Amino acid sequence: MNYRLLYFASLCDAAGCAEEQVASDALDVSTLYSELAVRHGFTFTPDRLRVAVNGAFTDWNRRLADNDEVVFLPPVSGG
Amino acid sequence: MFAISEAPIDVVRLQRGLEADGAGAVVCFEGRVRNYNDGRAVNGLSYQAYIELAEAEGRRIVEEARGRFEVERISCVHRVGDLALGDIAVWAGVSAAHRAAAFDACRFIIDQVKARVPIWKREHYVDGVSGWLHPDGTSVTR
Repeated sequence: MNYRLLYFASLCDAAGCAEEQVASDALDVSTLYSELAVRHGFTFTPDRLRVAVNGAFTDWNRRLADNDEVVFLPPVSGG
Repeated sequence: MFAISEAPIDVVRLQRGLEADGAGAVVCFEGRVRNYNDGRAVNGLSYQAYIELAEAEGRRIVEEARGRFEVERISCVHRVGDLALGDIAVWAGVSAAHRAAAFDACRFIIDQVKARVPIWKREHYVDGVSGWLHPDGTSVTR
């Protein structure tokens, strides 16, 4: 499966890019995050992040489809 | 109305958008860049947003406020990009028939925006270090 990842804030710093195409055997967001956390050295545990797929918030059990856009959202700090 | 803006916030234009014949009260909140946080001197901020989702979540907050409070008009805009001391980072304005609803709705909106909308703040410290801020309010050194 191919996924498009967008990274923001400290996850963008850790990944060294704002977006990337990822080929992965992961079929759900939780597994995908575990893979990316190892590859990029993400230190956030999933309970501190929210996840969005194709521009909408979703949950960590969400099954992924080929070419989904996946975003792991660090704790927000607007305002 | 909720928007993410790369350009400086035009307060006069936003205030005009709150005008309504039945509005006897207008309450506006401006969040501005401050020169310190958590005991460290700050000389600027950068904001980043996941714009598509931030605007959708911001619009949901505005609709929730409409359902909770008797209001006329609501506008909220959040900046992204590099901001200097004193710049307006976020602006929320509400008009209503009476002041209680206007104050309550404005407070609700700014609190929800800070808690939920995918926007991140990077503080630039006077000592040259910068870091992304996390919601517990402590500054970050990487």
